[in-house]
Amino acid sequence: MKIVVCIKEVPDSAATLVAEDGQASWGDAPLVINPWDEYAVEAALNQEGDVIALSIGGEDSKIALKHALAMGCKEAIQVSDDALSNMDTQATAKVLSAAIQKIGDVDMAFFGRQAIDGDAGLTPAQTARVLGWSALTLAVSIAVDGDTVKVERSIEEGRETVSAKLPAVFSLVKDYGEPRYPSFMGIRKASRAKIPAWDLAELGIEAPATTVEVVGIENPPKRDVRVEMIDGGSPAEIAEKLAERIMAEKIL
Amino acid sequence: MKIWVYIDHFKADAVSASWEAIGAAKALGGDVAAVVLGFGVENLANSAFEYGADEVLLGQDAALEDFRVENYATALSALASDATPDLLLFPTTSRGRELAGMVAMDLESGVLVDVVAMEMDGDKVLATRPIYAGKLLQKTVCNATPQIVTLRGRAFEKPEAESGRSGTLTQVQVTSGDEKSTVEGYAEAGGGVSLTDASVIVSGGRGTSNNPNLTAPDGMSEDEAEIWRAQQGFALIAELAETLGAAVGASRAAVDANYIPYANQVGQTGKVVSPDLYIANGISGAIQHLAGMRNSKVIVAINKDADAPIFKFARYGVVGDLHEIVPALNEAMKARLG
Ligand SMILES: Cc1cc2nc3c(=O)[nH]c(=O)nc-3n(C[C@H](O)[C@H](O)[C@H](O)COP(=O)(O)OP(=O)(O)OC[C@H]3O[C@@H](n4cnc5c(N)ncnc54)[C@H](O)[C@@H]3O)c2cc1C
Ligand SMILES: Nc1ncnc2c1ncn2[C@@H]1O[C@H](COP(=O)(O)O)[C@@H](O)[C@H]1O
Repeated sequence: MKIVVCIKEVPDSAATLVAEDGQASWGDAPLVINPWDEYAVEAALNQEGDVIALSIGGEDSKIALKHALAMGCKEAIQVSDDALSNMDTQATAKVLSAAIQKIGDVDMAFFGRQAIDGDAGLTPAQTARVLGWSALTLAVSIAVDGDTVKVERSIEEGRETVSAKLPAVFSLVKDYGEPRYPSFMGIRKASRAKIPAWDLAELGIEAPATTVEVVGIENPPKRDVRVEMIDGGSPAEIAEKLAERIMAEKIL
Repeated sequence: MKIWVYIDHFKADAVSASWEAIGAAKALGGDVAAVVLGFGVENLANSAFEYGADEVLLGQDAALEDFRVENYATALSALASDATPDLLLFPTTSRGRELAGMVAMDLESGVLVDVVAMEMDGDKVLATRPIYAGKLLQKTVCNATPQIVTLRGRAFEKPEAESGRSGTLTQVQVTSGDEKSTVEGYAEAGGGVSLTDASVIVSGGRGTSNNPNLTAPDGMSEDEAEIWRAQQGFALIAELAETLGAAVGASRAAVDANYIPYANQVGQTGKVVSPDLYIANGISGAIQHLAGMRNSKVIVAINKDADAPIFKFARYGVVGDLHEIVPALNEAMKARLG
């Protein structure tokens, strides 16, 4: 049985972003593996079987793939094709599905819950739909027993236990447990690894149509807040002044 | 324009953002129908009328008693491909997001997800959505039919319910497809106000554990003592939250140190919230925390360090020890709110 983990690279979460000519720019902030995808790699490595990391993207996607190899994935595959720029999540899901099918014999496909660049959080469920597999998203725990799996999911109202037949798609929340750090040996291995690149011809598909069009990217309006510091006196006196200000906002 | 609003609910309890979506749909103009799927959910049809729907499509089937996204997607996609609405609106809940995503695949369309503002541009919805955790805004359109949009909770005004208002109720046949998975049980989250719906949030960070005046019970290791101290700090925060009818939030540092469960985490890898009032206690204001709460209307920061970055985003700031200020603020607010 094979296990696939789908990952991508994003600007570091501490990066400052600005809109320049309608594009997002993060200056010289580094690209890193999407933080949510680290949980996906962790969960994939905890299953029995060989884990293959998969990423659609250009040269930079190797940053994520090498991180996954360093964490312990057996193989990495990059899907790269000039026809794949500006994909929406619908197109990404179709290409990932084609790659998962080409890998073949895959029982479990792991995803991050959301990519912190576009913040869509759609690809896992959409890939599951294309493959016709169960979408077992936002998982806190995963227990495989033969060809069935039981997951505990974290939803707004609490926790839900769901059982399903494999194959299935999974995404993880933080309660799953912290992802491991790459080992020294892992980093060395990853730096030497040859990562095969597949193009669309190799997947046997045409570039899927993109239906979601980005018209522009803007800086958010500046928040015009000037902080008023409340000071002077005992905590009780400060609290009185602060309470007056809060009441005057007419929120409560 | 024919607009459908999907009414998201958990066990026949509607998510408030569903009603906000009805309001948003009416503001765009057009015929607004609410789609209610489930089992034993007639009451939601009445509420949908009261919140402004002109028509309700009610699809009930025992197979839809538990929400499994595959079944709901099959049912909704079938209805939409028959009736060809121009626009489908969903609230951005975990269910709404995935359901919209799957329906988009079925109908060969695309999703504009977690949108905070909409306007019409010809017959297209021009949507604004935060990206990079709100550091930037994206303007986007869907070039297929139906256009599919999910709306962020609390970004659109909830209409006033008009009691007794009614409209056209249409019972629809649902095809629920093959069961891919089964729900075996639920454990409800521990009470209190939910973070994403809250109009007031009181949060704590690593500073909650920093109270040298507290002596931990005998026999605790240093780690246990730290958690114990933090829990005393969070108890003060919970008392203030109760006075204000607020939800309790936390920074990741507080969650990672096991002071409080992950469900309370606010930020880039926690919950994104936009309450009217956010009170941050002992939180430095790291960029990843700000990402989750910067859209709060009024931010109050209480921090020992006058240089803490959180003060740059706050409307009101207090340089002081949260263990002294929070209980005093609780008393002062109690006196005012009764
Ligand atoms: C990929 C990634 C994702 C992340 N996601 C999130 C996220 O979702 N949410 C999040 O919050 N963080 C997130 N972080 C972590 C973030 O970078 C910060 O580390 C974290 O927010 C710090 O939490 P804190 O403010 O409680 O702690 P600290 O930064 O340690 O600040 C504690 C503050 O408490 C003050 N203080 C101390 N004692 C007292 C006292 N007695 N009274 C009053 N004030 C006191 C101090 O002056 C200080 O300002 C993420 C980081 C990464 C790398
Ligand atoms: N280009 C990509 N290559 C591989 N996996 C991806 C890609 N884009 C998204 N994913 C996966 O889908 C998840 C959710 O992405 P999104 O729907 O864009 O928020 C990510 O965390 C990844 O696991």
